Amino acid sequence: MAGDFIRQLDDASMQRGRSILHRMNIDITMLFLLLVLCAGGLFILYSASGQNMGMVNRQMIYFALGFFIMIVIAQVDPRWFHMAAPWMYGAGIIALILVLLVGVGAKGAQRWLSVFGVFRFQPSEIMKLITPMMVAWYLSSKLLPPRLKVISSVLMLVFLPALLIFKQPDLGTALLVSSAGIFVLLFAGLSSKWIAIAVVTVLAVAPIMWYGVMHDYQKQRVLTFLDPESDPLGSGWNIIQSKTAIGSGGLEGKGWMQGTQSQLEFLPERHTDFIIAVYAEEHGLIGVLILLMLYLLIVMRGIYMASRGRDTFARLFAGALIVTFFIYVFVNIGMVSGILPVVGVPLPLISYGGTSIVTLMAAFGVIMSVYMHRRI
Amino acid sequence: MSFASKDARVEKDIFTKRAYLAGLFVFILLCVLAGRMVFLQVTQYELYASKSENNRVQLKTVEPIRGLIFDRNGVLLAENLPSHSLTIVPERVKDMQKTLGLIQALIGITDDERARFEKRVKSYRRPYEAIPLKFQLEEDEIAKIMVNDFFLPGVQVEAELVRHYPMGKDFAHVLGYVGQMNEAEKKRLDPIQYKITRRIGKIGIERYYEKELHGQVGYQKVETNAQGRILKVLEKQSSIPGKNLILNLDARLQRTAMEAFDGRRGSLVAMDPKTGGVLAMVSSPSFDPNLFVNGISYKDYNALRDSLDVPLFDRATRGQYPPGSTMKPFIGLGFLESGVTNWEEEIKDPGWYMLESDERVYRDWKRTGHGEHIHLRDAIIQSCDTYFYEMSFRTGIDNLHPFLAQFGFGQNTGLDIGNALPALLPDREWKKAYRGRSWYAGDTLNLALGQGFMLATPLQLATATSVYAARGEWHRAKLVQFIDGVAVQEENKPDNIVLKNPANWDEMDRAMEGVITHYQGTARSLKRNLNYRMAAKTGTAQVVGIKQNEEYDSEALLERQRDHALFVSFAPIKDPKIAVAAVVENGESAGKTAGPIAKKVTDRFLNDDRPKGIAYDF
Repeated sequence: MAGDFIRQLDDASMQRGRSILHRMNIDITMLFLLLVLCAGGLFILYSASGQNMGMVNRQMIYFALGFFIMIVIAQVDPRWFHMAAPWMYGAGIIALILVLLVGVGAKGAQRWLSVFGVFRFQPSEIMKLITPMMVAWYLSSKLLPPRLKVISSVLMLVFLPALLIFKQPDLGTALLVSSAGIFVLLFAGLSSKWIAIAVVTVLAVAPIMWYGVMHDYQKQRVLTFLDPESDPLGSGWNIIQSKTAIGSGGLEGKGWMQGTQSQLEFLPERHTDFIIAVYAEEHGLIGVLILLMLYLLIVMRGIYMASRGRDTFARLFAGALIVTFFIYVFVNIGMVSGILPVVGVPLPLISYGGTSIVTLMAAFGVIMSVYMHRRI
Repeated sequence: MSFASKDARVEKDIFTKRAYLAGLFVFILLCVLAGRMVFLQVTQYELYASKSENNRVQLKTVEPIRGLIFDRNGVLLAENLPSHSLTIVPERVKDMQKTLGLIQALIGITDDERARFEKRVKSYRRPYEAIPLKFQLEEDEIAKIMVNDFFLPGVQVEAELVRHYPMGKDFAHVLGYVGQMNEAEKKRLDPIQYKITRRIGKIGIERYYEKELHGQVGYQKVETNAQGRILKVLEKQSSIPGKNLILNLDARLQRTAMEAFDGRRGSLVAMDPKTGGVLAMVSSPSFDPNLFVNGISYKDYNALRDSLDVPLFDRATRGQYPPGSTMKPFIGLGFLESGVTNWEEEIKDPGWYMLESDERVYRDWKRTGHGEHIHLRDAIIQSCDTYFYEMSFRTGIDNLHPFLAQFGFGQNTGLDIGNALPALLPDREWKKAYRGRSWYAGDTLNLALGQGFMLATPLQLATATSVYAARGEWHRAKLVQFIDGVAVQEENKPDNIVLKNPANWDEMDRAMEGVITHYQGTARSLKRNLNYRMAAKTGTAQVVGIKQNEEYDSEALLERQRDHALFVSFAPIKDPKIAVAAVVENGESAGKTAGPIAKKVTDRFLNDDRPKGIAYDF
């Protein structure tokens, strides 16, 4: 049903003929949905930042930069991505190793690479795009659905960057990079047998992770998640306050800029990771459902666009990106509402922050490129 | 790369199938999120709405202003001065050692302050309660803390009103002081009224009238942010200040008495015989009560505690002394009342007295005796012990004890004097119970001289003298005259003393006046410059027991082993306005030590011509 609606949207835009946007390889439907989301995001941010117009202005600059990058990438033919994939993957891995060796960072994590001290960038962010690109490149030359040997090679390709990112340490990004790679595999037709085996393996590996690999702060987060009330002033504070903010919003919300939890600063990281709690407090369940609907439309449109890709590589790449986008949404809202552990994932295109906006808009650029270059 | 074996159609079909699955998967997960939101925002709305409201709105208790205390002329004795203190909310401090280190670097913290802060943090307290670290901050210290506010989360400068006693040590014992509440007190007191109060009255009037002085707390319903800063006052109920007290005490007399003692150990209590109002009550040496308000330092406290002069001890209400010959006017009236003698009967005084039943020689203080013709008046003027031996033997303890008890000896008759001791007026039952022996005739003889088992506090001596001066009309000693303008009511007044022959009062007055005016009077040195008529009696109390055949040699005794000097008096005789009891420890001669002190106070009171009821500067 949703699919039909998305297709109708598409047809509606088609009837308007070859608009300028179309010639610019921009899907007008997706552009419209993204603009609505970003504009709404600015309003939410204005309230969540405590009416900080400076922050809103910076976010607008990030959006402008993001849309510019999206348009640029949309012009690139997917075949170019196919060609560049292994090189970019190699460069990305080297950058990740450099981060661990000479990276800079804050709060006990090294995530940034300083280029001649002029500007800093976060290679792990770019890997969110490069990893699925690489996996799609690899699978596009193999017989699908993939066999065991291919699957294991893919897992190697995924876990190498994931492990390097995890070492920074940045659990949230490591999980997103892995899932982006895995989604390619799923779109490539990974058989349900292997999916079942993977689930069992994860359950078996979990205790090993717990005792062998995880840092204390990560364990603490898991423990806090399981029983936030046990440490209400320390690590449990965030979730207790965000649930209180969401719950107290009720059906209709307290009104824009009227949320006491957020405006009186009981809610931590209210303009970044926990921004959905501000929105839920001020706009209630109705507002939340509207936002979820918007995300649903974007994801459905994205999946449709990916499925119209010219070749397997293009479809796999774009499909993995749009599903990863959804994972962002799910993990963030799940975490803020207390059904997932706190892993530090921003709410796509709503949370304040340039890095994630640029990465996400680049991903939408890829999806547009795949969709708009569908005819030879 | 071989594309040959790959079938593009199959791959596209696989993708399409998986795309539908992905769409379904996305839809289901979004439904999970929506369901979670419905649960939080609809099912559990009430819970979280109230949680959010509790976060936002806090009920702040507003501390009432403690009542002021004035002397009888309106001189301020206890006030509330603004003071800034540094407090810390431990829950808001991430690294306590670092924070304390920074404060140390900025304004300095003594080891003492640190130790007491840590003790306060450890003892029971409510979460998010601010714990005081340093009191009485200077302006520049406040500025240094404010500037570094950002680096000191949980640290705040609090302005508060702090008790101050402008008269310092003059009123230390009688007024008492407020101090930091301890755990036991916290549990005892009303948790609502004392929710944020830090100090309560520890001793003296501050303690006895705690309820009146404290007032009623108010509250403020305030909106606060997560840092606890008040953003808006939503609702307000003002606190009701504590009641102001106007004392019977006179700051001038208090100062005069303290100066008269000049650091000597002793005590003086002066009362108004017409009302029982305590005009002056000092215990010397004294201490500065202001030291205790913010918690006295260990060093200061140890110095006070370890001093041989025990300045913390309130001699006026808790110092128990053998009253010595100051008992003679009361006991003399007892002789007359029991009918064993009259004003005319004379006895011979060889300087000693012996009972038929025992070998012991009861000596007069004057070894050569007071002469052949000693009657009661002489016995009072010269303080003749032999006369009192004889008459007390005739009267007996069973007549003497109830008569003396009428003057309040052996009881705490003060109206609002909390911790006064009852001291001791012995009788047969007491001796049986506490000494396990029966009462001997010799015990009565000792009692007649205010020695032996008998003990009295300066307050009791002043009360007895005051009741005497009022011709037996009882008024309980009271410190406070008005509470917020309402006169303190006297309750449970003991029965007035009615003599069979009221003329005995006048005769005894004459005898007591003779103590000063007669050439043989034991306090004749006070006669100089006396512009009113004063009745008095001296007394000495042995500190070291003198054996039967030993001489009392003051030179040989250490200063602290010398006799205590006691003195009671009232004036003017025709219309008594002030009754005084004074004790000078190891003062030896009442006429030379305790007497002059009592006279100075009486002088000051009777000769002050300034209009009453007007406050004046000191």
